[in-house]
Amino acid sequence: MARRSREPVLWAMFSGGGMIAALLLPATVTVLWIAVPLGWVEAPSYEGLRSLFLHPIGRLTLFAVATLSFFHWAHRFRYTMYDGLQLYHLSQLIAILTYSIAIALTVVAGFVLVTTG
Amino acid sequence: MAKALNASYRRYHPKWHRERVPIFWWVRSASYIKFMCRELTSLFVAYAAGLLLVQVWALGQGAAAHARLLNWLSHPAVVTGHVVLLATLLFHTVTWLNLTPQALVLRLGRWRVPKAVVWVGHYAVWLVLSLVIVWLFVGVA
Repeated sequence: MARRSREPVLWAMFSGGGMIAALLLPATVTVLWIAVPLGWVEAPSYEGLRSLFLHPIGRLTLFAVATLSFFHWAHRFRYTMYDGLQLYHLSQLIAILTYSIAIALTVVAGFVLVTTG
Repeated sequence: MAKALNASYRRYHPKWHRERVPIFWWVRSASYIKFMCRELTSLFVAYAAGLLLVQVWALGQGAAAHARLLNWLSHPAVVTGHVVLLATLLFHTVTWLNLTPQALVLRLGRWRVPKAVVWVGHYAVWLVLSLVIVWLFVGVA
């Protein structure tokens, strides 16, 4: 029997990351890192932002956004390296490198979101 | 008859003709450049996710640490960088949502939901979620 490929799982994470990033990141970046620093809107209070981000739903959402975004990057960047830079001979190395970084960042995300109290 | 009549005969074995492709093949055409930009938006997606985690970490370190992050965030060069970040994220969103009618075939019974409906539906979800995000952040002011 053929070994089951990991490709569908990786593709699903790429796809989920692409969707969650597409839907949530533009508004988040606009408010938190452009409108607030420029004073267009009143800055969220420290306590308010804390309670929003560290609420269980906030933590879960942030974990999903972070992890899926990192795997989205890993998958897309991997193929950009193959096709864009013609590095077919390094395909295995690039795959190991990109997914390892995504896994490491996922661990960091889990650590930050679990330990921040 | 299997014996070769001519001992020096070799089977004709052509090598495939492969043209060498330069590394910057994608700068030749606008659509290839667009493809490359689309692929590279993934770097900015990962950066935004990482910076969100940094902000969570700073919130956990206390009000002073978070104030230092806000101070960095309001540096003109950083704001400029984040405007570029927003542009790449919008490019990601638009190219991503425009592909949804091709990627997603929705069926209700035997009726296939038209592509235009899938497309408009995704943009509507984007709009609603964006408004919710703005409302959440501005609401905790």
